[in-house]
Formats: sequence, structure tokens, C-alpha cells
Amino acid sequence: MTDRTAVAAAGSVPGPPIHDDADRRADRRDRAVALVRRSGAVVMLAVTLVAGTAGFGLNFVHPNNLLYTVAAGSAFLALVAIGMTFVIITGGIDLSVGAVLAMSAVIAAWASAQWGGIVGISFALGAAGLVGLGQGVLISMFRLPPFIVTLAGMQFARGIAFKVTDEGNQTVLIGDIGWLRWLGRGTVLGIPVPVLIALIAFAIGSLVLARTRTGQVVFAIGGSPDAASLMGLPVRRVTTSVYVWSALLAGMAGVLIAARSSTGEPTAGYGMELQAIAAVVIGGALLTGGAGKMSGTLAGVALLAVIQNLINQVGTLSQYFQDVVSGGFLLGVVLLQAGLARRRRSP
Amino acid sequence: MTTLTAPPETTRRRSGLMGQLRERGVYLAVAALFVFNLVFTANFATPDTLRLQLIQAVPIIIVALGMALVIGTEGIDLSVGAIMALAAAVIPLYLGYGVLPAIGMALLVGIGVGLLNGLMVAVVGLQPIIATLAVLVGGRGLALVMADGKLTELFDPTLSALGYGKVFGVPLAVLLTVVLVIMVGFVMRRTLLGRQLVAVGGNRKASLLAGVPVRRTLFAVYALSGLLAAIAGVVLTARTGAANPAYIGLEFELFAITAVVVGGTPLTGGRVRILGTVMGAMLMQLVSTTLVSHNLMDSDRRIVTALIIIGAVALHQARRRSS
Amino acid sequence: MVKSDLAPRGSGAKHDLALEVREVSKHFGGVTALDNVSFSLAPGEVRALIGENGAGKSTLIKVMTGVYRPDAGELRYLGERVELHTPRDAQDAGISTIYQEINLAPQMSAARNLYLGREPRTRLGLVDVRRMVSDAREVLSQFGVYVDPRTSLRELGMGVQQMVAVARAVTTDARVVIMDEPTSSLEPREVDRLFAVIRALRDSGVGVVYVSHKLDEVFAICDSITVLRDGKRVHDGPAAELDRLGLVGHMLGRSPEELRSAAPSRRTPVPHDSEVPALLNVQGLHRRHVLHDVSLQVRSGEVVGLAGLLGSRRSETVKAIFGALPVETGSVHIDGVELAPVTPARALAAGLALLPEDRKLEGIIPDQSIKENIVLAALPRLSRAGVVSDARRDELVEVFMRRLRIKAASPNQKVRELSGGNQQKVLLARLLCLQPRVLLLDEPTRGIDVGAKEEVRALIDELADAGLGVVLISSELEELADGADHVVVLQDGRVAGELSAGHISEGEIMTIIAHHDDQQSQVGS
Repeated sequence: MTDRTAVAAAGSVPGPPIHDDADRRADRRDRAVALVRRSGAVVMLAVTLVAGTAGFGLNFVHPNNLLYTVAAGSAFLALVAIGMTFVIITGGIDLSVGAVLAMSAVIAAWASAQWGGIVGISFALGAAGLVGLGQGVLISMFRLPPFIVTLAGMQFARGIAFKVTDEGNQTVLIGDIGWLRWLGRGTVLGIPVPVLIALIAFAIGSLVLARTRTGQVVFAIGGSPDAASLMGLPVRRVTTSVYVWSALLAGMAGVLIAARSSTGEPTAGYGMELQAIAAVVIGGALLTGGAGKMSGTLAGVALLAVIQNLINQVGTLSQYFQDVVSGGFLLGVVLLQAGLARRRRSP
Repeated sequence: MTTLTAPPETTRRRSGLMGQLRERGVYLAVAALFVFNLVFTANFATPDTLRLQLIQAVPIIIVALGMALVIGTEGIDLSVGAIMALAAAVIPLYLGYGVLPAIGMALLVGIGVGLLNGLMVAVVGLQPIIATLAVLVGGRGLALVMADGKLTELFDPTLSALGYGKVFGVPLAVLLTVVLVIMVGFVMRRTLLGRQLVAVGGNRKASLLAGVPVRRTLFAVYALSGLLAAIAGVVLTARTGAANPAYIGLEFELFAITAVVVGGTPLTGGRVRILGTVMGAMLMQLVSTTLVSHNLMDSDRRIVTALIIIGAVALHQARRRSS
Repeated sequence: MVKSDLAPRGSGAKHDLALEVREVSKHFGGVTALDNVSFSLAPGEVRALIGENGAGKSTLIKVMTGVYRPDAGELRYLGERVELHTPRDAQDAGISTIYQEINLAPQMSAARNLYLGREPRTRLGLVDVRRMVSDAREVLSQFGVYVDPRTSLRELGMGVQQMVAVARAVTTDARVVIMDEPTSSLEPREVDRLFAVIRALRDSGVGVVYVSHKLDEVFAICDSITVLRDGKRVHDGPAAELDRLGLVGHMLGRSPEELRSAAPSRRTPVPHDSEVPALLNVQGLHRRHVLHDVSLQVRSGEVVGLAGLLGSRRSETVKAIFGALPVETGSVHIDGVELAPVTPARALAAGLALLPEDRKLEGIIPDQSIKENIVLAALPRLSRAGVVSDARRDELVEVFMRRLRIKAASPNQKVRELSGGNQQKVLLARLLCLQPRVLLLDEPTRGIDVGAKEEVRALIDELADAGLGVVLISSELEELADGADHVVVLQDGRVAGELSAGHISEGEIMTIIAHHDDQQSQVGS
């Protein structure tokens, strides 16, 4: 099923070869900038890891710190950011993820206490999926702006979370089920289960994005939604599905958080949507859509977590410094992107 | 797409129930809720309750005024909550020099952050959402670093007068808000800046070709939004009697955007409804009061808010599609 | 998925026509975009689809590719009646399209763009990246493109991007390939390459619809020509039976026979070469791929027409003069004073005013009132200390609404609710209340009704008589022949010829447009 094209059948087309030399020289610097943008998060992560090791030695690299504090602490953000990567590559945004996480955590705890773990998880993920589906349909079919739709979704999901917990007055303990607790706190070969799940989700997410047709459509929608539909791609279906997946991943993070802390907190995941967006953008995705990488997102999440950890290690630095650094990072990355885009536009 | 024959004169009347709902929905909703509460809510029609309604809506109204201007240029300002925190953090640092210098510094910080936003949006050309997101993430952190994460109680009579003082029974903060609404209304209706900012939001290309100073306008708008957010931060700090950068203004960007959108200002820019925005904020306040006083909960408020937001944009979307 | 033989699908019988559009009409609101248009394409035929702006070409293409459903008429494909509901339907059937704007995903690699939506897959259902890249390399090399297919598209040159789009369209087993201005961003040698591709397609029995406004290309590659104008088909026949003058005549709605030769202009001409110094003096505007050494002068009281076909860069020329399009070299002087660098604000302050071609996109602010739209540019002059004087504004608005006879319920009516003619008058009023010295008018009468057209033309005359300089772009030859004192003909961003007062006629303008290459030395004034 090779494409034996008409052109091929007629023999290779005669004429001088077209090399891409016209704009090549001007592009070299752009490519350097693009490389920094694409892999900047990974490079920065490496730098901070080296700096951390140099500065704090064993305290920093010890599994108790890197694995059980840094990695375990950021597994939930990683799950959320994986979904956010898909959404942002389509040119959208999902503000609801933090609230959906809380809603799922609360529902998982509440339902598992009554009907067992399987039901708890199904309810939690089902509710998350429904919120995602509702948002996806409003965005793809009714063409409402993602920002506003997911802003409403955020209020809605947080409202449900508070409702289930009687306005947060009631502590919803998760069902006393061994494997459920294991999901949150257990380890496999020394690796915390949430970290393992986040890594599996990351692997699947990378594969879907880079190696499936759906992944290609995600990029194409972000590149140009009109062009994508002119090419006959399933724009609506895929747009809807990225919001569903984003919500499901947030829901999964909620289940794990509930399992880890044994309770469903309606205030869980507060502000996580912003951290996730920051991680994705630091990882090299364009908020205008069409570009992004799963590995960048993971590096972005890890970078935010390591910075937090380093600031804690220093001890004398205010912990609030972390937000300042994150904000600065975000700004640096987008300024770099803007520089890239600007040079691109000029003749 | 094709312009070969003149399209027929479309003097579409905005009549009919749907049309009225789109144009005046928020006023109707506020009026309806008000009447509902007068009739069904115990103790609603007392001066204290009514005063409380206004007082509680004041900070959101002030922030939403600036947000409305920014949205009018087809932008968005997520940094307002962080600016409130920064303003709150600055006050105790300068209170030693007197209350006016402290407030002055707080307002200057607001303008400064606004100018930074303006720089990134107007000159660098960043998307407003991401530029102001960076400030949202970093700004509150900076405020917390400045305050060392602590709540600082403030015992300054002038400041607490701003929070609790009354003139003829009307709270000072409410009077201030009325003045600000009138001033922003004046900017929109009568000044060069107001006219030019809606032109920029309505059609940026056409504005450039008509010689409108687009960059300068954007700078001014983000600076104004920063200033108004800082004012809200000062007012709220005065009311709480403490500078609390960890909590002040949290989620205010979302409240303000909700008020603006519900008030009928489209996210696509080109139109600013000042009174509608005030009504949007009042609507949210009344919804909250109504639900709470009828034994419904804060969670219900969130869910109702979500539905109102979707309803407002869906109405607007329908309007755009029909034209 | 893709068949390897090139025989037509279905019964295998030889069809007379690959694609046929029968008496199709399409309306948008009150606007008729296609009026009973028929169009046919035989296998192995290369048919040019020609027309000026608003002729209906884009609409016809979208009907043939499943983007629009026709209001009336039918579509036949390989002899059978078909209904195309989506672009996907058209592609699955074998109708492939290269749209005018390169509509690929710029951040994705060339290979991924080439195979978007039909990627080769491994047995696990995953995209087989290695094979996709090697296939892409091979396919692109057949088109003479030697680049790394893993490079993201935006990092490649425009020519390569366009070739990827072409390759994408023809590497399906398409029976019909529609190319909408495929050469607009190609260098000459890339055009040669594209032509070789088209010939190869033709030889293997694929029908090609070739949309272009470049006459050289049309006569070089096309077997037959269909011309649309104002949504109607005005010509259909073999390319060999039509000469360039005849083709231009069809496009512009003037057959050579009915041309009025050098009809006296209604204007008393201002001598272009007089001693009077130019009010507007434009020298050597140059921008890569767009403008090439464009110069022109306008004197007080003079109307200088800019003629040329679609793509001749008339709009770009006036935008460059106004500072809305950056140029690499060139200068603009007003009354002997150079504007450097030119920006719209500076140009306005110096007395230049531009009426943009695209009224909706670049002119009106649709959701604002007539009043606000008229005074937009004049606001700084109406305000003191940043406060706009409503009284002075209303006065100005009233004067211009009366002077231009703008018909509206009130000055507060939204501009979007007005007819095209009245919208145009609002924009003219916006310029005139600045009391400009030179007007740059880009298609001021397009898309407005006959009455308004006459009013606008009379207004231009009146303004010129009052001493303004006017640059007038029009696709209507009659408008230039009757209303201009001097005509500059542009082609591909170059001045192809000029005509002075007394020599301006529709025929002369058309002759320059049609025979630019071989006659430009003779017709220059």
C-alpha cells in the first residue's frame, strides 16, 4: 500500500531540484531559539538537578528526597498536566482540572466508603468524565470559548465537591480497603504507586500524541482548526475527547490523592490548573496551539517540583519564593517564544 | 466573503423576548432576585442587610471595572488577585510613614504591575492570558515573600475608617465605589481613551489604519486595571483590619471575569458595559445571599454561578450567530 | 487503502467527464455567490478557473470539495450524481484540493503534514513514523524537493511548504486535483517544477482545476478556460481559442469589440507632467516577493488610477504608501517632506488617508455606531485634555452624514446594520473629517449598489476639483477610464505601464495588462 502516485507512475518529475536554501540562513538562529524552547525545560531540569546535588549532596539525591518527596509529591500535578498538554496543543485551555480533581477525590472517598473501591473509583471517574464531556460538547459543538466554559466547569465541579462534603464540614474518609490505600501509599519495587501511575500515563500520553492518528489531529487542530476541518479531519470529535481525557486524568489524580490521604478534601487541587498550565508552557507548548511535547511537560512538572524542593532545602529562603521563581520561569519561556515568533514574522 | 451585490438593508430590531433577554438580562435578573428577596427573605429589607449586600460586592465591583476595560480590548487580566495581594503586602511596610504614603505606595505598585502587563501585551505581543498568568503565579508569591507569609494586623484609625466609616449611613467604601463607577463610566463615555479602547477591541486592524495609538491604549488599560485592583486591595485590607496577602483577592480574577461576562461585555472585545458589570457583580452577590438565606449552601452558589456563566455566554453566542 | 493502479474506480468504464457541476446556485443571505453555474472537467484535462474578486471562484471550489452544499443544481463525479456533505467525502471520493492559504499544520513536520489523517500504521495501529518519514522522503524527491521530512514545516521555505501541499493532494489516488492559486508563493523554478507535476498528472488521466490570476501560467499549462464574473459563468472554451486580450475582457466584463475607444473622460485632466511639484511622491517601494520598485506621483487636483488584475499588488502599494505594510526600500514624500519611517499615524498627520479594500476586516468597527465610526480617526482633534467634546463630534457627524447622504435610522445605529454603500460612505466620512490632502482609495465602489456607486464617483471628482490628490484603485476599467487623469498599471508588484490624460481608455489599460511582457516599452507614456 505504498502511494504509487500518478507522479511516480509518470516517472520522477524532470527539472532542477528544489532545496530549501532560500530561507535557510535566516532560519539558523531561529532554530537555535526553537531548540532552546523545545528542550529548555529539560536542560533547566538537568541544571537544577546538578546544582541541587552540588549544593546539598546526599540530602538532595537520597531516594527519601527525590523519590518519596519530589516525585511522589508531583505525581498528581503530572497527571493533570498530561491532560492539559492535549488541551493546550489543540489551542484550548482547561481551568476546571483542579476542581475536577477535588470533586473526584471527594466522590471516590464517599462512594468507596459506602459501596467499595470499585464503585468509588467508577463514580469518581464517571463524574469527572461527565464534566469533561459537557465542557467538550459546549466547546466543540456550540463553539463557546474554552476559557469561559471551563471557568464555569471549575465552579460547578468545586460546588459538587463541597456539596458532597456538606460544605466541607464533614470529613469524608475513604473506605477501609487495602488495595485502595495501596494505590495512594504503596510502592512497587520501591517506587511509589502514584509515581508509577503517572509514568504509565505519561508513556501512554506520549504514544498517543506522537504515534496515533488522533495525536496528529490534536496537533492539526491547534495549528489551524479551519484547515483541519477542510482536510476532512474529525475536529469536533477530537476536540471533545481532549476535554474528556483532561477531566479523566484530573479525576484519576483526585482518586489517588484521596487514597493517599485517606480523605476526600473539597479544597484539594486548589490552583492546580494554573500550575499545570505553567508546567505545560514551560515545557515548550504554545498557548496558541499546534506545538508541545509530552516530555517537555514532564520536565516542566519536575522542574517546578525540584525548585520547590531546593527552596525548602535552603531553609533560609521563604517558601513563597517558589511561586516567584515559577512566575519568572513562565515569563522567561513565553518571552523566548515571543522572540521566536517575532523573528519569524519579519520579512 | 463575496461582496458582489449589496446585502439588503438589515435593520434588524432587537425585539422579542430573546432579544430583550440578551440586552437586559442581567438587569432583569438582579431586579427579579431583589423582589424575590424582599418578599420571601426575612430581614432582607433592613438597612443593615442592604448595606451588607453592597459592602460585600464592593471589592469585586472595583476589580471588575478594570477587568471590563481590559476585556473591552479583547484582552484579559488574570493578575488582579495577585495585585490585590501585593497592595496588601505593601501597606504595612509603609504604614510607618503615614497612612497616605502607604496607600499611595500600594496604588503605585498596582499601576507598576499593570504597566508590566501592558508592556508584555502591547510591546512584546504576548497573549494577555499568558502574560498575566505569569504575574498571577509570581505576584502573590512576591507579596508573600514581602510579608514573610504572615498576616499583619493593622491598627490605623484612618484605614479602618475607610473600611467601616459611614457618611449619612452610607459606608465610605460604597461611596468610593460609586465615585469609581462614575469615573470609569466617564472614561468610557467621554474620553479619548474610552473611545479608542473599544475601537481597538472591536477591530484592531481598522484602528491601526485609523491612526489609533493601539499600544498606548493597551498600556493605559492594563495600568488602569492594575490601579483599580490595588484600590480594591486597599479597601479590603482596611475592612479586614489586617494585611493578609495569602488570602486577599484569591480567585478575584475569576469573580471579576464572571461579573463582566454576566454583565453583557463580550469576551471578544469591542464593547464595554460598565453598569452591566456592576449589575453582574451584584447578581452574584444576590444569588449568594438568596441561596444562603434559604438554607442553600455555598456549593449551590458555585453550581448556580456555573450555570449563569454558561447561560450568559450562550446568549451572547446566539446573538453573534444570528447576525 | 490506496489503490496502486491508475484506472478510474467504479465499473472501470471510461467516463467522459471526471467532474461535472450542473447549473449550481449558491446564496449567502441576500448575496448570490453562484448563479446557475456549470463547470466540467474531463480526465486528463487541465482547466483554468478564472475570475476577479467576488467572481465566485472560491464558492465554486468549496461546492466541488464538500465544504458548501449548493442551493440548486447538482454535482456529478465520474458520471454519477454525488452528494458531498463534508470535505472528507470529497477526499474519499478522490477529489483533492490545494487551498490558497497553505493550510497545513505549520508546527508539524513535513512528513506528518504529508500524511495527516492517513498515516501509515504498524500492526499495533500506531503511526509507523520510520516508514512515514522514508515514504515522505521518496514522495518529496519525486517532486524535486530534497529536505529532511522531519523538519517542521514552518522552518521550511514557502516554496517547499507549497510543494508539500501539492504532494499531499496528489499522493492520494485522486481523480480530480483542484489547485487554488498554487504558485502565489513559488519562485519561477518552483513553478516549472509544479508544471511538470501537473503535466504528469494530466498524462496519467487526472483532471486538474487550475485557479490563477497569472495569465502567463494559464496559457502555459491549461487546455481550457472557464471564466466567472459576478457569480455567473461568462466564458467556457479551449485555451487555444482565446487570446490574452479576450481573456482579460471576459474577466473585467468588457469584450474587445464593445470597447469604447478613448472616450472623453468626464474630468478635465490635470497635466501629469506639469511643472507643479507633486503633492504625493512615492519612489522605489520594494518588498521582497511583493513590491518591486513602484513609483508614482500625484499632484493637487489629480486622480491617479491604479489598474491591474487580482494579485497585481495594488492594495499592497497603497498600504505601503500609508505605512501599513513595511517595505525594505523606498520613500514617500508629501509636499516635498519625507515621511520616515512611514506609520499610519504619521501618514494621517501629514494629510494622507487610506480607504482600505476590505471594508469589514480593516474598515468598519461593526458593533459601534455610525457616529463613533465616523469620528474614530478625528477623535484626538475633537478632544481637549483627553475629553471628547460631544457637541463638536455630533456637529461633525451631522455635517458628513448630510454631505455624503448616509441613510440610516439615526447616527446611533450600528454600522453592521447598514448596507455596503452606506458603510462605505461612513468610512469615507471618517477620512474626510480629517481634512486630508491626499486620499488613497482602494476599491471605493466595490460591493455597493449602483446609486451609491455614482454618488461615490461624483464625490471623488468633487474632492479632486477642490484640490485633493487622489489615488484610485478600481477593478472596473470604466471607472478608471472615466474618472482618472493618469493611470498606473501594475502587474506582479511592478509598474507595467502608465497612461496619461488623453490616452486613457479601457482598451489601452487592457492592452497593457494583457501584453505587459512584450509591449511594455511601447505603451509607457
